[in-house]
This record gives sequence, C-alpha cells and structure tokens, in this order.
Amino acid sequence: MQLLLDPMTERETKIKAVVKGVSLLSGADPSCEVLLFDSGIVDSFGLADLVTALEQEFQVKIPESDLYPGNFASIQVIDTYLEKIEASGG
Amino acid sequence: MRPRALIRGFGSYVPARVVTNAEIGGRVGCEAEWIQSVSGIVERRFAEPDESVAAMGAAAARNCLDRCGATASDIGLILFATGTSESRFPSPGSEAARLLGLTGIPVIDLSMASAGSLFALALAVDLAATYQEVLIVAAEKMSSVVFEKALDRNTAILFGDGAGAALISMRQGNALLAGSVLHSDGCFAGDLRLGRAGPLEMNGPVVILQSSRKIPTAIREVLEKTKLSACTVDWFLMHQANRNLIVRVAQALGVTAERFYCNIQHYGNTSSASMLIAAAEWSTSERFQAGRSVVFAGFGAGFHWGAVVATGVA
Repeated sequence: MQLLLDPMTERETKIKAVVKGVSLLSGADPSCEVLLFDSGIVDSFGLADLVTALEQEFQVKIPESDLYPGNFASIQVIDTYLEKIEASGG
Repeated sequence: MRPRALIRGFGSYVPARVVTNAEIGGRVGCEAEWIQSVSGIVERRFAEPDESVAAMGAAAARNCLDRCGATASDIGLILFATGTSESRFPSPGSEAARLLGLTGIPVIDLSMASAGSLFALALAVDLAATYQEVLIVAAEKMSSVVFEKALDRNTAILFGDGAGAALISMRQGNALLAGSVLHSDGCFAGDLRLGRAGPLEMNGPVVILQSSRKIPTAIREVLEKTKLSACTVDWFLMHQANRNLIVRVAQALGVTAERFYCNIQHYGNTSSASMLIAAAEWSTSERFQAGRSVVFAGFGAGFHWGAVVATGVA
C-alpha cells in the first residue's frame, strides 16, 4: 500500500525555504513535522536568524513575548503560529 | 535635571592563567574549533583557587585609578557587581574596598550577573550627584561555578574570570553619560540561573532568542531618547557574551560588526566584568571623541538588560 503524504501548502513551502536559508546543513530537506532544533537543522543562533527571516518573508512582527523555541519547533508549528499571528493582524 | 556625570576612565584585571579551547575541549569532550565556531572564544583566563572575587575587583579598581590619575581617597562610593560571590553575605564589595584602603565609604553590591556593570553605569549618574566620584567594579570568578558541579558542555566552554572598573565623576572626565534605559523581566528567571547549590543552568535557545531582540531594542530606545541614530555612533561596547550574538545585534541595528568592540576571543564571557574589561582594552587604542557617542549595552540573568549612551566632551 502506498503511503501518501499531504502536499505542503504554499505557506509551508515558503517556511521550508526560509528554514533552508538559515540551516546549518546545506542539504537539509525537512518535512513539516521534523523538529528543527533537535535534528540539528538549526542551532540557537539559527533560531534567531529564522525568526528574523520569517518576519521579513511574511511581513509580520513577532513579539518578544512569543520568542520561545517551542513556537518555531517545526515547519508545521511555525505554520500554525504564523496563521495565529496573521489572524491577529500581526 | 539629569546630573552631569562624566566617565573618567576604565581599568581591568585578568588572571595570569590562560586556558585554551584545547584544554576546555579535553575536559568537556568537544573540539577546540567547535568552541571557536559557536562562540568566537579562543581562550579565557582562570583565577587561582585562592584568588577571590574581591581581590580581582580591587586589582581592576587600582588599574582604573592609576589610569585616571586618581587615588582611592578620591572615591565617594563603590558600586560592586558580581554574580559569583563566594558567600551569600557579605558580598565582596566591602572587602574590595578594604583592599583599596577604604574602610568608611559606602559600598553597594549589585548581585545581578552579566548586566550588573551596565546597571551600575546607569545608576552612577544620579549617585555621582551625591558622592562626586563613583567607582564601578565588576568581578567574576566564573570558573568556580561552571566547573564546580557536573559539567555542561554548552556553558563550560563560554566562561572566564576577570574584573573591570570604571570611574564616574561630577568633576572631570572624557565623556558625558547622556542617557540610559534599563529593563528587567522575571518571566525568564528560570532560563538562566545559578541556584544556591549550582550548577549554572542556561536555556541557550531562549537566552539567544531573547537577547538578540532585547539588546538592539534597548539600544534603539536609548538612541531615540538621546536623539541619536545607530549610524552616528562611533563604537558599541557590549557585554561580551558570544561573538555570534554581537554580530547579530550589529545586523539588527544595520551597522557593521567592526563598530562593536570585541575581545571575547581572549577572555571568554566574564559576565558582569566583560563590558568593562572590553571598555578598558578599547580605551588603550581608542578614546572618546568630542561630540561623538559610544553606546554600552548589557544583558543577563533575570533577565536584566539595557543600554547607556556616553558622548565625548572637549
């Protein structure tokens, strides 16, 4: 039986491009679910760079109170977080 | 009206023993090159077992007084910052004063870790109006806390020992302390802490995410307050926490990292002492230019953070 993965949404694809742009691993190809920090795709400073790059890509301002690694754990988590931020007019 | 408090000068002291990345790497199980790549640190200094925080602070204070052409008897107040006091009380400030031959003047200890010297610099402006000459001392024996308990690789590689000092005066000096902003937020108290029984605990990703945003925000805030812009600042003298953090703060402000004085490669992160050790070293090759500004910035456990502007006087 063939397992079909849900295709990435447009936003998830954009997030993935941002993640690859700040990744320590040149060949990184993270799925939506992979944990970016735990898998070594981004390190602590990569997380900071990721936040800056997400703000630029999606034209949002991420408040300091949301700067927790858990909000940027995976592409899927980032997607959910950005959806919330955009809905609140961030 | 804001008192006209001036920076007379800086001083520093670092222990003689140089500890290389190869030595640290051997103790915690990592490569010397990896330490340099994640921190910018090449080596640091460790105090001898019997070398106290107060003694290091007093040595930096003497160096500062010598460089300023001042004497201990000029001092009206000492602000002593440390996060690595050997005892819960007394804190080391009064002992450092005694080592300087001062047994009657007031001493205030700031138990704040890395942001201590920045807070002292900001507070000295108002205190100088009363005490005329305020000596700021920041001293840390980080080796005593990061190597005391079970070693955590991510913290053990970062820290070093040393002390810095600055003399603030209402009478004379090279730069006017023109403005400051200070902030504290206990929501992050658990992310960088040294409990009574140790060891030092640091949630690196949270510390870096928060500091990489809070430091540039504080710098922008103090520049706005003093009607300056980042591009007109000559130098940034920041807490030497990590070379990679300094670079990101520079990027966030849109200025080149070369304008951020950096000596972390030689001394590692000496917590509260680092900003004043950097200032003392900076002032051996550079100086305040009349009408030009230097920004100090710090961030540390608490979290406490802030920035101070000093503008050169003729």
